[in-house]
Amino acid sequence: MPADGGIGAATPRREDVRFLTGAGNYTDDINLKGQAYVHFLRSDVAHGTLNNVDTASAEEMPGVIRIFTGEDFADVGGIPCGWQVTDKHGEPMQEPAHPVLARGKVCHVGDPIAAVVAETYEQARDAAEAIEVDIDDLPAVMDMKAALADGATKVHDDLSSNLCYDWGFIEDNKAAVGEAIANAAHVTTLELVNQRLVANPMEPRVAVGDYHRANDESTLYTTSQNPHVIRLLMGAFVLGIPEHKLRVVAPDVGGGFGSKIYHYAEEAFCTFAARALNRPVKWTSSRSEAFISDAQGRDHVTKIELALDADNNFTAIRTETYANMGAYLSTFAPCVPTYLHGTLMAGNYKTPNIYVNVKAVFTNTVPVDAYRGAGRPEATYQIERVIDKAARELGVDPIALRRQNFITEFPYATPVAVEYDTGDYTATMDKLEEIADVAGFAARRAESEARGKLRGFGVNCYIEACGIAPSALVGALGARAGLYDAATVRVNATGSISVMVGAHSHGQGHETSFPQVVAEMLGIDPSMIDIVHGDTARIPFGMGTYGSRSLAVCGSAMVRATEKIIAKAKKIAAHMLEASDADIELKDGQFTVAGTDKSVAWGDVTLAAYVPHNYPIEDVEPGLEETAFYDPANFTYPAGAYACEVEVDPETGKVTIERFAAADDFGNIINPMIVDGQVHGGLGQGIGQALLESCAYDESGQLLTGSYMDYAMPRADDVPFYAVDHSCQTPCTHNPLGVKGCGEAGAIGSPPTVVNAVVDALQSAGHNVTHIDMPLSPSRVWQAMQG
Amino acid sequence: MYAFDIERPTRLTDAVKLLSDATDSQLIAGGQTLIPTLKQRLAMPERLVSLGAVDEIKGICTGDDGALCIGGGTTHADVAAGAGAYPALAGLAANIGDPAVRNRGTIGGSLANNDPSACYPSAVLASGATVVTNARQIAADDFFDGLFATNLEEGEIITEVRFPVPDAAAYMKFEQPASRFALVGVFVARFSGGVRIAVTGASEEGVFRWSEAEAALAGNFSAGALDGLSLSGDGMISDLHGSGDYRAHLISVMTRRAVAAA
Repeated sequence: MPADGGIGAATPRREDVRFLTGAGNYTDDINLKGQAYVHFLRSDVAHGTLNNVDTASAEEMPGVIRIFTGEDFADVGGIPCGWQVTDKHGEPMQEPAHPVLARGKVCHVGDPIAAVVAETYEQARDAAEAIEVDIDDLPAVMDMKAALADGATKVHDDLSSNLCYDWGFIEDNKAAVGEAIANAAHVTTLELVNQRLVANPMEPRVAVGDYHRANDESTLYTTSQNPHVIRLLMGAFVLGIPEHKLRVVAPDVGGGFGSKIYHYAEEAFCTFAARALNRPVKWTSSRSEAFISDAQGRDHVTKIELALDADNNFTAIRTETYANMGAYLSTFAPCVPTYLHGTLMAGNYKTPNIYVNVKAVFTNTVPVDAYRGAGRPEATYQIERVIDKAARELGVDPIALRRQNFITEFPYATPVAVEYDTGDYTATMDKLEEIADVAGFAARRAESEARGKLRGFGVNCYIEACGIAPSALVGALGARAGLYDAATVRVNATGSISVMVGAHSHGQGHETSFPQVVAEMLGIDPSMIDIVHGDTARIPFGMGTYGSRSLAVCGSAMVRATEKIIAKAKKIAAHMLEASDADIELKDGQFTVAGTDKSVAWGDVTLAAYVPHNYPIEDVEPGLEETAFYDPANFTYPAGAYACEVEVDPETGKVTIERFAAADDFGNIINPMIVDGQVHGGLGQGIGQALLESCAYDESGQLLTGSYMDYAMPRADDVPFYAVDHSCQTPCTHNPLGVKGCGEAGAIGSPPTVVNAVVDALQSAGHNVTHIDMPLSPSRVWQAMQG
Repeated sequence: MYAFDIERPTRLTDAVKLLSDATDSQLIAGGQTLIPTLKQRLAMPERLVSLGAVDEIKGICTGDDGALCIGGGTTHADVAAGAGAYPALAGLAANIGDPAVRNRGTIGGSLANNDPSACYPSAVLASGATVVTNARQIAADDFFDGLFATNLEEGEIITEVRFPVPDAAAYMKFEQPASRFALVGVFVARFSGGVRIAVTGASEEGVFRWSEAEAALAGNFSAGALDGLSLSGDGMISDLHGSGDYRAHLISVMTRRAVAAA
């Protein structure tokens, strides 16, 4: 293998050189000749009848090129939803129209009403203020349960109610679950809220539409995690532009966390307007606009019951969740509370009976979709909170209760439709107890108490389904797309390599870790290999990056393509060495005839492929470029155990995280430093959810947390130094790298860990507190202590 | 932002003149509140008159009476570094916002804005400081006039703040988690003539003195002297980040801690 850059090397991230020196090329850095600017006039009410939009005086304002309203989009499609959930009666979900610009109604604060295109951004904004909008306010639909009551105001008049779907999973389990709960020795019940979050990537969304009339080609530059998905959705379903006339480029992207997966109205608008005006049109979101137009996350209200037998074995789980969809269905919204949530309700435990009910509800709020973890944090939070509560009710050690119920034999088919291929939950718990120094907790608690602070210890296990996803399986579950990925390995004449991948890197470090794999396989230096991503004109059709899928799915495609390269290169080498290709070995960049000292170097073979003078031309085509598509056989199942120690100030309710340990099993690891970084980032986001973040609306649908003055983001001093370990490795059994994915684990596993620790701290001081809804802000914790 | 003109006078008298001419002018000091307001298009002045180049209102010195005199145009960072004679005040300045805010924001701008969650008003009120303007001197007890309101007249510029230096003092801030402004901030100052306590962040009326606690501490400057004293949550700010009752409770906690730390 390469001395310092193959699989397992903690290679520094090569992309950081440009990011840290201001040399990145983000979408907002793209400025095209003749570019115009768009400003969206957005609804400032949550719900209303849109009677009229009068643009006459605004059109006379300086610099205005054209003002678009919903009527201009009468002949194009709405923003599509990429997943159709079938409800418990076998009926398809209710799916509202989602116009590019509002028509007839506005459905949330931020719903775009009109778009002003002008010579400058300020002119567009000035003109937008001169547009006269006539809206009759309607009552805002905010509370999910009230939204489902008979006679409730409807978000969408043409739907029968505010219910998107009432999903049962699995209906056949329902009776057995009810019976198990009725016969249980103990049932622990918990009602909880997994609060709404705003993704807040550092880079706000940007879109630049461009059009070349000479060849009728449109280009959209956009802040996306998956340019091919955007091209497919926008081209086929919204604007009717065939793929060969539409290019989507997602250059450097400054964080996504899910919020940049989806196809947004602003992207369709800029592409449409560039064609209509025959000049480039650019939109750059302000941070304030991001709060009311980026898809938000979570927002589940749940009741969970855990049944145990007399020996404390779990016998059943039953959950009922209300999942907020917001005003429209964002691209993957329906699948988050269902197939990314219900399928994970077994957690790490051999609970034989599980039934999950989810009611997805429309409200007059910003649409909700997948946010780092997406459904799996919601599942983990319920399971791990209710187990902790059960342990307290039963007076048993929470770690022991978990260990006792761990799944220990693999493969394991859960009662919620998925099969875990491999894992070792006992090993990660053993490792956790070591790195968290569980044994030393009592002394640390005594020390905290001596300083007048309450100290709590919380533990948590998680499992997630990553490597999304087997296409046939997700198709059967309602996905309107395949979820394979693709890679093209282009070996150049001198031996350097460009790998074009469908995955997209927006912080994950693919440009460093992916070459490590190819370098390992070929025995060459990784500096000879570059990754190309983010441009539909340059990369094969792949589905992008989310769901911790890039390495497990796209990386596997890259391995398959590289294997094809090796096979072909061996044929060329065999010809050059006058041997049989079956006898050729590739090691350290040299092709050698087995058992001899006859060899030819990598670069000689690649040159021969492009200068085929002495070449097996009758059997082997010139050139050295291969593409592979890879459709995974199963999800991957990363798992781990986390522990947290908190201090609570009993006088103020302020929580500080003193220690945090994470023992993860991600299978094989390509770059342990990048994995550390992914875990750190996920933990920070999960701690943000546990202690700080909350997206709050008032009863009229106005956003109360529309800026960082009120939406609390975690900062460096809110998080501790982490003890992170990923030495427990049970390689994935069905992908060629044995990798599982690590991008979301931290955000999935940390919220319940923190909450468990805070409850432990409060109980240590005699407070009869069994649960506090996140975020555990000082005022909430103090209020809980008041009884 | 709407378009506006900007003037950057170098002399105080020129700034005063600009503010009194016919053009609709808005004074800008560090701009830490005004610039975000402009960006949100919530203000549309024709002209900004910047104090940034008026050096005569910057800096820190000691007055003949021993007071610490801080120019109205002095940044928080300069107060943090230069107010060593009054450590509680220097410490307060050192914990306002983040470095970018502290390097732009000024004491005069903060006081003129009188944000109900700002730190400086509590220090001025608890210290019994004197706010000096281009026109007059205003005692701290007369200066603050509710949320975002002061005794300043139109076009009046804060040139200096004179802080009597107490025998002992401390500022305790409990931060609002998102903005890190004071959810409750309590400044306690002990002088030979008595104790002054000012509370920011909490009241719907803005910064105020907690006179019952001042009286309790006058004869016995110890946290224990506050036992049994509490404020009602009525009239306290109640929002996402805490109820009025919570803020009232925090005032007691922060006051005890400030007394202990002073």
